[in-house]
Amino acid sequence: MKDMRKVSVTVNGKSYAREVETRLLLSDFIRHELELTGTHVGCEHGVCGACTILLEGRTARSCLMLAVQVDGANITTVEGIAPSEKELHPLQQAFMDNHGLQCGYCTPGMLTTLIEFLQDNPDPTEHEVRVAISGNLCRCTGYQGIVDAALDAAKRLQGGKRA
Amino acid sequence: MANAGIGQAVRRREDFRFLTGTGTYTDDIDRPGQVYAHIVRSPHPHAQIRRIDTAAAERASGVLAVFTHDHLAADGVGGLPCGWLVKGKGDKPMVEPPHPVLATGVVRHIGDPVAIVIAATRVQAADAAELVKIDYQMLPVVTSTAEATRPDAPRLHTDAPRNLCYDWELGDKAAVDAAFARAAHTVTLDLVNNRLVANAMEPRAAIGEYDRATGTHTLYTTSQNPHVIRLLMGAFVLHIPEHKLRVVAPDVGGGFGSKIYHYAEEALVTWAAKKVGRPVKWTADRSESFVSDAQGRDHVTSCALALDKDGKFLALRVKTVANMGGYLSTFAPAIPTYLYATLLAGLYATPAIHCEVQAVFTNTVPVDAYRGAGRPEACYLLERLVEKSARQTGIDRAEIRRRNFIPRAAMPYQTPVALQYDSGDFVANMERALKVVDYAGFAARRADSARRGRLRGIGLSTYIEACGIAPSDVAGSLGARAGLYEVAEIRFHPTGSVTVFTGTHQHGQGHETTFAQLVSEKLGIPIENVEIAHGDTAQIPFGMGTYGSRSIAVGGSAIVKAIDKIVAKGKKIAAHILEVAERDIEFKDGKFQVAGTDKAMSMGEVAFAAYVPHNYPLKELEPGLDETAFYDPKNFTFPNGCHICEVEVDRETGVVDIARFIAIDDFGTVINPMIVEGQVHGGLVQGIGQALVENCVYDGASGQLLTGSYNDYCMPRADDVPSFQVETNESAPCTHNPLGVKGCGEAGTIGAGAAVMNAVVDALATVGVTEIDMPATPHNVWRALKNAKT
Repeated sequence: MKDMRKVSVTVNGKSYAREVETRLLLSDFIRHELELTGTHVGCEHGVCGACTILLEGRTARSCLMLAVQVDGANITTVEGIAPSEKELHPLQQAFMDNHGLQCGYCTPGMLTTLIEFLQDNPDPTEHEVRVAISGNLCRCTGYQGIVDAALDAAKRLQGGKRA
Repeated sequence: MANAGIGQAVRRREDFRFLTGTGTYTDDIDRPGQVYAHIVRSPHPHAQIRRIDTAAAERASGVLAVFTHDHLAADGVGGLPCGWLVKGKGDKPMVEPPHPVLATGVVRHIGDPVAIVIAATRVQAADAAELVKIDYQMLPVVTSTAEATRPDAPRLHTDAPRNLCYDWELGDKAAVDAAFARAAHTVTLDLVNNRLVANAMEPRAAIGEYDRATGTHTLYTTSQNPHVIRLLMGAFVLHIPEHKLRVVAPDVGGGFGSKIYHYAEEALVTWAAKKVGRPVKWTADRSESFVSDAQGRDHVTSCALALDKDGKFLALRVKTVANMGGYLSTFAPAIPTYLYATLLAGLYATPAIHCEVQAVFTNTVPVDAYRGAGRPEACYLLERLVEKSARQTGIDRAEIRRRNFIPRAAMPYQTPVALQYDSGDFVANMERALKVVDYAGFAARRADSARRGRLRGIGLSTYIEACGIAPSDVAGSLGARAGLYEVAEIRFHPTGSVTVFTGTHQHGQGHETTFAQLVSEKLGIPIENVEIAHGDTAQIPFGMGTYGSRSIAVGGSAIVKAIDKIVAKGKKIAAHILEVAERDIEFKDGKFQVAGTDKAMSMGEVAFAAYVPHNYPLKELEPGLDETAFYDPKNFTFPNGCHICEVEVDRETGVVDIARFIAIDDFGTVINPMIVEGQVHGGLVQGIGQALVENCVYDGASGQLLTGSYNDYCMPRADDVPSFQVETNESAPCTHNPLGVKGCGEAGTIGAGAAVMNAVVDALATVGVTEIDMPATPHNVWRALKNAKT
């Protein structure tokens, strides 16, 4: 009855192989099959952005994809952003220093979205940051801490490069 | 340590786990052998259930059981209780209709739960739910607040004629009527306070588990107050004694009120786990949240202000109809009464106030407290009315407020609507806000906007809220069916570190950091040595949870009280060891010192002595250093402030842009300014959201929810709002709690709506639009502009 397929995927540098139902959402695959529960599901209709992951380095809404679509792909989730178990990525550190999170539920999607954005636009204006995260809903922060964190992270990431 | 105490912007200790994806929210928990529940909900707003056929669903792949109301009834499961009894005019008790866990013959709103399907996987449960056949006989529908009491409106509950839950009043009607009769000016206003959906980003979830070996039930749930859930569900719904019921609220992804209440799903998974012999998990999807989380606001109000010839307020008259939805949610009756009418004095010395509130049942999702809860509704009407009074009398909007503010010297101030304000400097906050915004320069900014073809407006809003809920005896006399104290246990460990158990619950507020700062400073121990525990009824003494900006004011005060007990015992221990009288011991900076000498013991040494009592006053004193305190507040706290908003309106599109927003807030003493500022930002955007974009809409004819997803219910986004200028004024701390704190969680939401709408009206008034309701969406503004032109 069930339509099953094999999926092999690399997540945060680790390889996984699973046999899954073809209708399984990528978000449910990541959370419940791979047990990487840092990726959150906020709406399951692609609007809130909480489930955003990096697929081959580009953002994707994992609730709008099926697990079978990522066979052979490279994925980064929130668990794979920090350089080590004890250190934070400069963007994560900027979130902590600028109070860019409260309940933490939207945070994984905000981080993945901003990692891609800051690669594409390393020196953004406040308005550009606001537009960049306008597809990610946060109900706690009023966005100001997140915007400040992104601008701060841009400086930290550029730090070495700028005179 | 010098950087970790009260007043420091300590970075949050919660953040590491949330930033690295290692937090534990309810849906992240999987229990061994767990199965999944899917709730079958009514697609109709009002219907008779003629027959439920579960046979096909029961035969479906992976299904363990399908339950309906009959199964619950056979086990004696009770209905969902209401936690507050409001008595209307003539002391008439409110109508309190049954609120079944699963519908009993009639469904009364879209999403009303009818059956529960339990299967091995989540998708199997959802598939089988499609096979549950329910034969509905449609009934006539009423969703509109204003129409609910009309004689021809369909009745929801047999015991509620005209769909009236209560008809309640507060204040002196005769005095108000007399004041209106002699008033030089009368200003009237009709308003709608639009219905909102709380929309915490984490959807609700619950896992029930039953341990046959011990007969203990466990519920993991997305709750703001696990002890309240244990009490209500255990005592009223499932009849499980509290020592056999554990409720755990782990990391919770936002609440804003919507996770206070005891919901049907919590009882269902707890009950079903025993029935099927497996842990049962339910997680809402967003569509389900829109039809099952309690919603907010939804008032229709007529109000009027009487003024003398100098613009002094003489009296305020308010008539409100408040929508309760299809059933009474846990605290619903208290919101449009004791958290609303009691705040109608605002910051003003209005001598006479009368408020009437009719609460009505409609075929809509139940309404309960949503961030601010009654206080935003009170602030909104009052500040819209004050701004209109300024326009009507020709007195400047700031000046008319100045003339009517309660002066600082008048504190404590008894209002005509029951509350006694303890502190606040309302004039100073407004003057500061006017200075920050450069009020005198507004005309030039307006002219500049006009040159760019845009209409600029400015709006003020001042607010006061009653927080720190609440003195239990006062709440009890007003109908609360619970106490509203808070608990704290300070447990020193033998080697000097501390675990603090608090009855409050955090779901974004950063208590683990704020409370640790407080304990570190008061006990003089490193903040790293302090752990804050919350959210598990098996660990924590009975506490009331987090809502109504109460955690620091009530929970923090309980911590201080427990610390005082620790210090008192520590003095006895130190006096014995240092061989001096107890009165000679001073406690300061973490040291028990013999006054006037350098003889001292550290807090850690005293704790060690308490647990290894070799040299210890064993005859007079118990070993150990572990103290519990319950704190019952003496009064409410009264955070207050002034918000100023400037908007620009595009005449062609109706788009409203917020150009500037300033908030000056008095929260009393501030423990962590970074966290407090974040609370204000978030609150402001929820207030702005209500004013500009959010609206929960039911179709009047069909009763269907038209805004049941994020595609239809507009949430405020990062590019809808600016960065805010916010400041706090700590010059008027709370006078009746040990920290001088007032609370900050709801302030932004309370003041923002009126500031934005006053600014919008100010902008539109220049082209002849005099009134507009929330939300001021581009369409609504454009329509108002069109109507004004023709």
